[in-house]
Amino acid sequence: MILVLIDHDLGELDPLSLRVITAARKLTSDVQAVAIGEVGANLAGVVGEYGAPILHVAKHAALTDYTPAASGRALAQLVETLEPEAVLAAGSPRGNEQLAHLATILDLPMAAECSVISLSKTAGAPHSVTRARWAANLLEEAFVHSDLLIATVLAFSVEAEAVPGAGPAKVEMFEVNLEPSDLLVRVLSRGGESSKGGVTLTDAKVIVSGGRGVGGPDGFAQLEELAGLLGGAVGCSRVVTSAGWRPHAEQVGQTGTKVAPDLYIAAGISGAMQHIAGCKNSKTIVVINTDPEAPIMAYADYAKIGDLHKVIPALTSAIREMKG
Amino acid sequence: MDVLVCLKRVVLAGSTFVLTPDSRDIDTKHLGFGISPHEENAVEAGVQLVEQMGGSLTLLTLGPTDAEEQLRSQLAIGATRGILLETEGEDWDPQATAAALVEAIKAEETNFDLLIFGAESADSAGYQIHIRVAHALGRPIVTNVKSMKIENGIAHCERVVGTTREIYEVPLPAVITVRDGLNIPRYPSVPGRIQARKKPIDHKKPTPRVPKLEKVSLSVAPSNTAGAQVLGNGPEAVPALVEVLKTIGILA
Ligand SMILES: Cc1cc2nc3c(=O)[nH]c(=O)nc-3n(C[C@H](O)[C@H](O)[C@H](O)COP(=O)(O)OP(=O)(O)OC[C@H]3O[C@@H](n4cnc5c(N)ncnc54)[C@H](O)[C@@H]3O)c2cc1C
Ligand SMILES: Nc1ncnc2c1ncn2[C@@H]1O[C@H](COP(=O)(O)O)[C@@H](O)[C@H]1O
Repeated sequence: MILVLIDHDLGELDPLSLRVITAARKLTSDVQAVAIGEVGANLAGVVGEYGAPILHVAKHAALTDYTPAASGRALAQLVETLEPEAVLAAGSPRGNEQLAHLATILDLPMAAECSVISLSKTAGAPHSVTRARWAANLLEEAFVHSDLLIATVLAFSVEAEAVPGAGPAKVEMFEVNLEPSDLLVRVLSRGGESSKGGVTLTDAKVIVSGGRGVGGPDGFAQLEELAGLLGGAVGCSRVVTSAGWRPHAEQVGQTGTKVAPDLYIAAGISGAMQHIAGCKNSKTIVVINTDPEAPIMAYADYAKIGDLHKVIPALTSAIREMKG
Repeated sequence: MDVLVCLKRVVLAGSTFVLTPDSRDIDTKHLGFGISPHEENAVEAGVQLVEQMGGSLTLLTLGPTDAEEQLRSQLAIGATRGILLETEGEDWDPQATAAALVEAIKAEETNFDLLIFGAESADSAGYQIHIRVAHALGRPIVTNVKSMKIENGIAHCERVVGTTREIYEVPLPAVITVRDGLNIPRYPSVPGRIQARKKPIDHKKPTPRVPKLEKVSLSVAPSNTAGAQVLGNGPEAVPALVEVLKTIGILA
């Protein structure tokens, strides 16, 4: 049996969890799910529909909001009674965090961000995984030496597939024993929206992104104007945030935000792989760069060679004219 | 306030990776080394805390002898001293790395008020060494911190999940992991670099363990290498670009 952690925020499902159920179903027909906190029981409908007939729900008076160490403790207690072959979760900050607590409590290895999982067929032999390194620019084949496989699934490596005709999952509550130390770290409150209105990077259909080539904070006015005209958002490279030209919330890449808009315009960005890691899922990439040899050319669909300070205003006025 | 930051020497690659002939490692012959941006933010946070509250900032790394280069460059921005746990250059798995870090931290006379880690290492991104260390030391851990303040022995931390900001408060001693964007790391000054040459670095040799997460081989992820269609030079090529925006449905 494979146990899948269904992650939720105060009862709101993280849809990546459904992809993990699908990933688990490709490995075995016996998939069960677990949610932490009583409110998780409300997810039985969708969890069943995607192919997990049983939803275990960890119950404790203190489990009212995200409490990662307690999640690890609850999972460890469930693993002891159910003895699954594997525990899987989404390769998200929360999925990775909760399973790392589980792996630590059980003193077992954990493989993060796996795109391929093959369970061991013989007792004592290791499990095999392919996992993402360097923001998925490199793939690692690895053995996991442990009876129980603890792994997270690379975020977009599997599509979620509902199981036709499947009904809601049966809910099985279980009481968790927790120590005060398991409850020290918990969400105490929420600060509301992190972005100041407008289109956020993750939702934007168009992103106009600038790099060192923009030359300074003032140069971004031209990018803002174009983005505004196209109903999009402004993004940037790390050189730009490190110099303090733009806020970090706009940084695209390995340590910034991963985006997948319909159109990504990269102006004055060379295309370091840490930047590409954040924008390669865009539908169309257009490059504006003075250097025809810039590495970003290899990832782009279209390129204009030239000074962005001339090309962008020309493009903006052409679009203005067109719109009338 | 005594702070310890854990950091890792990683190769700084440009636009592609070249692997060694046995496909087990990155060919680093022509590449430089550094640390992850997350860890640069961790060091900067440590330097700021010690500036404000006094105390010391210790840097700890497990890696090859050459990782001294990364310790020196971070000592140059204001850390007090370094500890280098020397390996033969091979990757250690997360459990072995965490065990060696824990042993080194326990061997210290200082009882660090705060341990700061990167959210994940740039190269292997295991998302776990800090959690293993926190459990072994019996300390609370808040991960992915984007903003932080220490007051009266309590760390007030914020992390961003989607569009919400989550607020955490934990009593010290604690462990936190930080993300790029927490602060803007300063550049080392010339006097900073000169002082860094004289700052103490302890060298230790931990005993390796058989890896439980065993790397077998690496491969370069496939990418769209068809390359860009060049629409021309300079502003004259704008009409061609407008046509493209129409074709892909961005412009009516
Ligand atoms: C672990 C790690 C994580 C990282 N995470 C990220 C991340 O999340 N996001 C990120 O972006 N980077 C990240 N980086 C940094 C990354 O490696 C690069 O340093 C960075 O992306 C380079 O930014 P850039 O393209 O703006 O600058 P450069 O590489 O300096 O490129 C500038 C480009 O602008 C062009 N140019 C100059 N003038 C003009 C002009 N007038 N008109 C048009 N073009 C012009 C040049 O030809 C050049 O191609 C990370 C690095 C590491 C080690
Ligand atoms: N070899 C190492 N030496 C010291 N600290 C490390 C080492 N590897 C990882 N770390 C720390 O642990 C964090 C998480 O690493 P990881 O679990 O590999 O994602 C990193 O950001 C570093 O702060």
